[in-house]
Amino acid sequence: MSETLTRAEQLTGFLEQVPIVKTLGMHCDIKGDDMVGVLPFQNKLIGNFTIKALHGGAIGTFLEMTAMAQLFLVADVERPPRTINITIDYLRQGHAKDLYARATVVKLGRRMASVRAEAWQSERDKPVAALLGHFLIGEKRVEGA
Amino acid sequence: MGNPMNDLDARIEFMRENMAQMMSVTPWANEMGFEVTRIEKGHIWGVQPFKDHLIGDPETQVIHGGVITTLLDNLCGMSCSTKLKEFRFVATLDLRIDYMRPAESGRDILGEAECYHVTKSVAFCRAWAYHESREKVIATAQGAFAINKPRSNFKKGDQL
Repeated sequence: MSETLTRAEQLTGFLEQVPIVKTLGMHCDIKGDDMVGVLPFQNKLIGNFTIKALHGGAIGTFLEMTAMAQLFLVADVERPPRTINITIDYLRQGHAKDLYARATVVKLGRRMASVRAEAWQSERDKPVAALLGHFLIGEKRVEGA
Repeated sequence: MGNPMNDLDARIEFMRENMAQMMSVTPWANEMGFEVTRIEKGHIWGVQPFKDHLIGDPETQVIHGGVITTLLDNLCGMSCSTKLKEFRFVATLDLRIDYMRPAESGRDILGEAECYHVTKSVAFCRAWAYHESREKVIATAQGAFAINKPRSNFKKGDQL
């Protein structure tokens, strides 16, 4: 348990140092090995003023960051994962309000991982966007090293 | 000179004239600080300057992949406006991005997008991000965009 907490603290500490995380204004709500990404609404996240919709790029960045954070949380790696590719499905318009995301590591290999993430606003069952990503992770740490 | 709403050549001319201000009406693009640099029929180019607040890895000081997502998504969407006979708003259906090599810290990223096919309701686009040329690409993207139904009222501040 304390090991999991340490991992959560490591992740929080790392995220605090990442400039794009600060630019987005996102944070991660970590509960053990579970985590929800939170992106509080700000005007600068808008992509289209006419319909007051969140920018697809802001949603994509948030989803990719949430996927990487979840992977960092469950995989025993020292460096942040590197993105191989991502596919983003834009399912609904992102309205001018807070956005949440949860990611699941579908497959954790020695070198690569497949991660799915989904973002929603008022209703969890009505996702705004979904991401499927493949990431390169470093070799696992040797126990006690 | 025709009406940019239904005359493609007139619209491209209008977009070229307003190139410098184009991104200022899009807050998140403005936050990224990228600019449109060249517009041709079905094709658009842009530049994403290196900025410290966009770094995704404090150790390598490399810009976060999401910045490339924003750049290519936005350029793809705009490339549709340089292809459709009548002006329509488009919405991203999906976007796939493959990373070929990491971007280098401290260097601007160039991007280009091509709208290579349109049907009645969908536009298909591909895009590239690189430092120098497409020969040494950082990332490629492929996306489908839903073409919205025509809107009768065209308001001031609407984006082309």
